[in-house]
Amino acid sequence: MKMNGARILLECLKLEGVDLVFGYPGGTVINLYDELMNVREIRHILPRHEQGGTHAADGYARATGKVGVAIATSGPGATNTVTGIATAYMDSIPMVVISGQVTTALIGNDAFQEVDMIGITRPITKHSFLIRNPKDIPSIVRKAFYIARSGRPGPVLIDFPKDVQIAQAEFKWPETVDIRGYKPNLEGHPRQVEKAILMMLAARRPVIYVGGGVISADAAGDLTALARRLQFPVTTTLMGLGSFPENDPLALKMLGMHGAYAANMAMTNSDLILAVGARFDDRVTGKIATFAPHAKIIHVDVDPTSIRKNVRVDLPIVGDVKDVLVKMLAELDKQADGLKELQANLSVWHEDISGWKEKYPIAYKQSTTTIKPQYVIQKLRELSQEDAIMATDVGQHQMWVAQFFGFQQPRTLLSSGGLGTMGFGLPAAMGAQAAFPKRQVICVCGDGGVQMNIQELATMVQNRLPVKIVILNNNFLGMVRQWQELFFDKRYSQTCLELPIDFVKLAEAYGAKGLRTEKPGEVEQVIKEALAHNGPVVMEFKISREEKVLPMVPAGASLNEMVLNA
Amino acid sequence: MHHNSHTISVLVENEFGVLARVSGLFSGRGFNIESLAVAPTNEEGLSRMTIVTRGDENVLEQITKQLNKLVDVIKVIDFSDESAIEREMALIKVTAEDQNRAEVLRIVDIFRAKIIDVTPKSYTIEATGAPVKIDAILELLRPLGLKELVRTGAVAIGRGAKGWKG
Ligand SMILES: Cc1ncc(C[n+]2csc(CCOP(=O)(O)OP(=O)(O)O)c2C)c(N)n1
Repeated sequence: MKMNGARILLECLKLEGVDLVFGYPGGTVINLYDELMNVREIRHILPRHEQGGTHAADGYARATGKVGVAIATSGPGATNTVTGIATAYMDSIPMVVISGQVTTALIGNDAFQEVDMIGITRPITKHSFLIRNPKDIPSIVRKAFYIARSGRPGPVLIDFPKDVQIAQAEFKWPETVDIRGYKPNLEGHPRQVEKAILMMLAARRPVIYVGGGVISADAAGDLTALARRLQFPVTTTLMGLGSFPENDPLALKMLGMHGAYAANMAMTNSDLILAVGARFDDRVTGKIATFAPHAKIIHVDVDPTSIRKNVRVDLPIVGDVKDVLVKMLAELDKQADGLKELQANLSVWHEDISGWKEKYPIAYKQSTTTIKPQYVIQKLRELSQEDAIMATDVGQHQMWVAQFFGFQQPRTLLSSGGLGTMGFGLPAAMGAQAAFPKRQVICVCGDGGVQMNIQELATMVQNRLPVKIVILNNNFLGMVRQWQELFFDKRYSQTCLELPIDFVKLAEAYGAKGLRTEKPGEVEQVIKEALAHNGPVVMEFKISREEKVLPMVPAGASLNEMVLNA
Repeated sequence: MHHNSHTISVLVENEFGVLARVSGLFSGRGFNIESLAVAPTNEEGLSRMTIVTRGDENVLEQITKQLNKLVDVIKVIDFSDESAIEREMALIKVTAEDQNRAEVLRIVDIFRAKIIDVTPKSYTIEATGAPVKIDAILELLRPLGLKELVRTGAVAIGRGAKGWKG
């Protein structure tokens, strides 16, 4: 059947299982939006800024594991998606962004609202396509979704010129997708797995170090099973939180710059690190030269470029994390004796770890006069459902969430780990809530970052997305202020926000509910009231202003050189 | 660790923007390109690039992995691991007046190069050979007055009977 290009694209989205897109209209997508009115199966949410829409698509993808879809018009609409695309790229989030483009004949002429989106996004997309002919739309869309979700996931851009949206073509859906230059290596090599098992059985001071790859491979269950079978302690990166239940005795919690003392000590003293879906980021390793000096490293990752990029690796295993973990579990079934022997060998190590955990647990000093941010996070955990989704913005509050929320399930934390994008939290929460209207979705922000995409409150109210927004208000750009306090003699250059904002009134102006307190005694009541409300709520907590995130490994220091109480 | 020069052959889809993807990868990740030569192969839709780069083993490993990760890249061969033949062509314009003219001709002859354009004041030379050979002829010609130089960058092919499709 012949259709116009706009309709073909929408039919393709349906076939890819897309039921929700976030987008913003404009001149070069007006034809696409016109066709959208004829396609009932795709729900469309109109954010108030394309950055918000892109982060929402990202939040939707993180929470569901499906590909998030965002649409923007050419020029400024498209450039507004750039931060969202880069955020998704750094955290390996599957996303397809469709940008309008000027008519093919005008490309390159500096036409009105023309930008070279393919060029701008080249380093921050997994791949990109310019559609030149409507008959190519099905194969391009098919490839775009396949690339976005397979292997190490990531964002893919489709640049869609206006004339191609209008032109007619025969619609034919390709049954298969085959890209000769793109064949992700998903199967872990059995010999490598066998070797890994022998190394693990011989370990005396092992640690499993888990990253976001375990979550994107939907392998949290296998990872947990493996850790428990081996009785290996587990530490996670920010992106890995939720892949291993933090109430398990084997949990070391998060490692790295603001990681737990026990986690960083375990890494430093280990003789074997099993890295799974993690990439040895500098926030995690500290000073590379002194990182885990005695450890042999097994590195499991679907992306070969992650392996040996930052640290030496003794045994690389390229493959889908789930495939490798399942193979490891099967291999362990044959090792009853080895496992028994291993347990006897690990008792000293478990004692060391218990000692570190007791010596410096993740903790804070409670106060009866000012609200401690950590206390708010603990109360949120206590009062929310176990499957509640927690989105964060970027800054101190993000680290307090990571330290104190006690993540138990995968895909319950939405946080910009790699790019550290302020303004991410609120729209990401919105995207997750759109995917799961019945689940509790909470967003913790600072008073700085929340103002970077605050306009999406309107979208939440309009679309009945009852996100519970927590603002930990210290009237500072807190994380930068902390660095200035510790490393720049308290010279608070441009980090005091000065103008106090009435966030309650702001919420009300958008038609949301607003609550505020500065009394520790009222925290619980405010959270309860917010969670009971069936619309979006902004909770403003005025917190102790100069609270610091601790422990802290200063940038460039070794992992075991932690500032514990400054 | 050696910061040796390495020659890499990359088979790519002849798609819109593929050169930008490859060169952008090098610049974005701080890898260096000494030369890059690219042209279509005998198989339709495919091009082959020869890239000469510099770096230690770790850098080279990252370069080949990152290249392989590009969707439009079909195959990457690092010629550090394989025995290969490398050739480059240079077009060289030299001052050739009076007493110089004979000397230039002698050098051209020794290197089995060719004169492809003549004026009363200059010769234009076409030289082909391994990049070291081009370097050598340039070293001899430079004192005589080099007016202009254009090099293609190296292209490389593996030795032996085994062919590399595309
Ligand atoms: C878009 C963007 N701009 C700047 C930064 C640098 N930055 C990191 S944390 C931070 C402070 C955030 O302040 P706030 O949102 O109030 O949260 P807090 O740290 O106080 O919890 C800044 C400015 C960033 N990460 N992202």
